Amino acid sequence: MPAGAFEQRIGGPLTAAGIEVLQVNVGDRCNLSCRHCHVGAGPAGTRVMPRAILERCLAVLRASAIPAVDVTGGAPELHPDIRWFLRECAAPGRRVTVRSNFAVLLEEGCRDLPDLYADLRVELVTSLPSWDEEHTDRQRGAGVFRKVVTVMRQLNERGYGAPGSGLVLDVVHNPIGAYLPGCQAALERQYRESLGARQGVLFNRLRCITNMPIGRFLDFLRRTENRDEYLGTLEASFNPATLQSVMCRSMVSVGWDGTLYDCDFNQVLRLPIDHGAPASILAFDHERLRRRRITVGDHCFGCTAGPGSSCQGQAAAGR
Amino acid sequence: MGDYYDKKDLADFANIGEFAPEQGSAFFDYYAKATGEGRLTAREKGLIALAVATTQNCPYCIDAWTNACLSLGVPREEMMEAVHVGAAMMAGITLAHATQMRKIVKKKEM
Repeated sequence: MPAGAFEQRIGGPLTAAGIEVLQVNVGDRCNLSCRHCHVGAGPAGTRVMPRAILERCLAVLRASAIPAVDVTGGAPELHPDIRWFLRECAAPGRRVTVRSNFAVLLEEGCRDLPDLYADLRVELVTSLPSWDEEHTDRQRGAGVFRKVVTVMRQLNERGYGAPGSGLVLDVVHNPIGAYLPGCQAALERQYRESLGARQGVLFNRLRCITNMPIGRFLDFLRRTENRDEYLGTLEASFNPATLQSVMCRSMVSVGWDGTLYDCDFNQVLRLPIDHGAPASILAFDHERLRRRRITVGDHCFGCTAGPGSSCQGQAAAGR
Repeated sequence: MGDYYDKKDLADFANIGEFAPEQGSAFFDYYAKATGEGRLTAREKGLIALAVATTQNCPYCIDAWTNACLSLGVPREEMMEAVHVGAAMMAGITLAHATQMRKIVKKKEM
């Protein structure tokens, strides 16, 4: 794939169409070291969003009327100020989402959080690459599947995933290797049959996310000599219909140090917001950011392949 | 001319309608209908397609349908079971055709 292939393929600049979500990456500390993690998070992670940056994020949320905040990491639960931050985020009419690996909620010092999540009506999104224990553990580490299912049961007892409760528990599927995710609806049926019938746990929605060729997953692609074929598959699967709904068009992503990015993939690649729009939370300017030109690269083929991929799952109908 | 089977040629599958676009378009419509979800799930159809691909020794189809099965979360054990169904069918078909041989032998031998 020649450099700049994505920009050539879309034939012009990609621009934002508003700011519906402020994504806040609170750091790269995590209790797990998943093999596909594009952030490269793990127990050795040292990046922790300072309180002053969290306060600035809250000020932006209040001033800009952004309707949703999406908290991610690392494991957000390991941030020392997470409880305070979530309480401050929670406001009438604002959706607060936490991307949790769930296994962390069984760790000492984190077991109070399911109650806090339910009290604040936080939407939860967790990664579960497969309904199969062995497959999930192959990617996320031994014993993780059982821990996730245990926490899902705890959350179900609090109303999460139950129809009509309004407490949202979504599950993320991503491929366990160098291939694209299949049909989201077909995979969701499989998850429901297995997790519902065999494990007795409920969830709201399955979101399929394509593995991005960056971070730890890129290391895997290189090590196994899958890189060129995978990149070729992403490019060959480019679907222009996904450009309407890629997440960068409606989101601003805040890095642990307050730098602003178009998405958290650009965050990993250190490609801050550019083209004249402010690239720091300290200089947040809603008007300039909501119409900004987005910084793209060839990794963007990952979000635009086939039915597309975003934090919300598959972005568009297949070609 | 290079190798008869080139991995890159899999990407050319989209162009097989070249020289006969009407028939090519009709084929792709049929292909999509036949392999898409119906009374059988995409997963079941993927396993059937994989079994056929291996029995017909088509490297392009094996590549495409192995990836399709992976994408649908089909475990490797199930893929191998499907291949065994194809292998058993091929063996059975071969042996069933020996009926012709047995009939001829019985008719002709003294």
